[in-house]
Amino acid sequence: MDGESGAVIVVDVASSARARPTRSRVPAFAVLHYYLVGYRRTWRAGVFSSFLLPVLTVLGFGLGVGAYIDQGVDGVPYLDWLVPGLIASTALQVALGDSTWPVFSNFQWVKTYYAQSAAPLRVGDILAGHLLYVLFRVLTTIAAFLLVTGLFGALRSPWALATLPVVALLGLAVAAPTFAYSASVSSDSWLAMLFRFGVIPMTLFAGVFFPVESLPEGLRQLAYATPLWHAVDLCRAATLGVAPQWSVAGHLLYLAAWALGGALLARRVFRRTLVV
Amino acid sequence: MTTVQPLIRARGLVKRFGDFTAVDGIDVEVLPGEAFGFLGPNGAGKSSTMRMIGCISPPSGGELRILGMDPVRDGPAIRARLGVCPQLDNLDPELTVQENLTTYARYFGIPRRVARERARELLDFVQLTERADSKVEPLSGGMKRRLTIARALVNEPEIVLLDEPTTGLDPQARHLVWERLFRLKQQGVTLVLTTHYMDEAEQLCDRLVVMDGGRIVAEGSPRALIERYSTREVVELRFAAESQEAFAGKLDGLGERVEVLPDRVLLYVADGDAAVAEVQALGLTPANVLVRRSSLEDVFLHLTGRTLVE
Repeated sequence: MDGESGAVIVVDVASSARARPTRSRVPAFAVLHYYLVGYRRTWRAGVFSSFLLPVLTVLGFGLGVGAYIDQGVDGVPYLDWLVPGLIASTALQVALGDSTWPVFSNFQWVKTYYAQSAAPLRVGDILAGHLLYVLFRVLTTIAAFLLVTGLFGALRSPWALATLPVVALLGLAVAAPTFAYSASVSSDSWLAMLFRFGVIPMTLFAGVFFPVESLPEGLRQLAYATPLWHAVDLCRAATLGVAPQWSVAGHLLYLAAWALGGALLARRVFRRTLVV
Repeated sequence: MTTVQPLIRARGLVKRFGDFTAVDGIDVEVLPGEAFGFLGPNGAGKSSTMRMIGCISPPSGGELRILGMDPVRDGPAIRARLGVCPQLDNLDPELTVQENLTTYARYFGIPRRVARERARELLDFVQLTERADSKVEPLSGGMKRRLTIARALVNEPEIVLLDEPTTGLDPQARHLVWERLFRLKQQGVTLVLTTHYMDEAEQLCDRLVVMDGGRIVAEGSPRALIERYSTREVVELRFAAESQEAFAGKLDGLGERVEVLPDRVLLYVADGDAAVAEVQALGLTPANVLVRRSSLEDVFLHLTGRTLVE
């Protein structure tokens, strides 16, 4: 509700089992908790798509295709060059996957958001809690990914750990606008379109598998416009221990702009749908 | 004289969706401990009213105070003290019965330990203890409804809002829900419910308003409404012929009022058996005769000229 900007009411409910509860201290964490309870039941099913698949890609492309690329890329073996790209593109896939059907379902099928909006949560809490969960999914997936690729010896610098905040920001940069998108479409077939015309071209052309310099000028500009390329460049600089092609601050600001713009848009669409 | 502050107070309350006016200036007061009903057919504006009371739908006009607060400004603070059972269950089918309660309790800032304890009590109350650890998905409609009611009680609300609490349930499941709601009422919880079932309204409501086309057309206790707008008894006559109309004309002067429905004729009288004798004395031979007491259905029919459930 537009006028809901009063201070958060904090009540000590622990003092008595019968005390009247008012609101959660940080309402978005209560929302995050809900998703984590669900995650406890479903994480096994997600392991394949979010973790095994990229590992298989590392093996297939990195070792398989890499064997044919004798001179490597930019003076490093293809596997080492590819891994940071896959870190970023995996983060993108997880963030997109978790902000399409789940968001759509929370409006249309299970109607979780409606259940939540009847509780003392604001639209911003409902949105922030779900975004936090997407962030959790991105970070756990990438942490596991780093572990495995580290064991392969594909991470060349301790700076590799810096990929975690980078993918977190990338996750928000793609999830927030996607939340807005998934909240506004009327049929779930629009969600598949996002993968067909967004994720796949982005993954192919944003510097994951080959340098964007190989692209013709027009396509290259398009690649620079994607949030993915900015994360790829940062991740690659981190795992290889070199300077990124762009300024770090420029990359981060660009991603932050997507995240912030997306979050504001998503809040507007959520409010329009939930508060009518 | 002491005046009891109403928990819900609406004055000229309006809800518009574009050009369509769903709620057209209603005045309502709900007192503590009352079971208050909104009775009306689909599209009467009941659910829109409930959503405004539930502080998820800002009023388009008029005044609304819930627990003395403004629903637009104090939405979260009011919702912290409400329990809401929506028309369509929005439980999480992937979580267990108990998890549905404990995760929801978190939204109210209820600590884990207290939430677990309360979930146990509530599952006992709605007779779902044995299903505590099973997923929600395979539960029957009646069980899901009871779980939704339990979820609405997780914060020990002062007002429980129930939007069509038994729509879509089989008779046995309905009675079980009614019985639980009646228990809540006895415990002093204020209930506000919408329904298009007259028997539900009669069973549960101390006081109700009859809504039609976004307006309130009558208000009072079920008994008072029946006394004011209907006769003591009703004779339902079904004639075998295509048109009931032809026979209805011959019944003029019999009883206080005659209503002609597509499949039957209703005769509003003080004494049903006497009226049946008079019908037979006229030489009419209906295929089916039923004498019954007046209900809220008759009140609605009288006030709007339409039946509640089409």
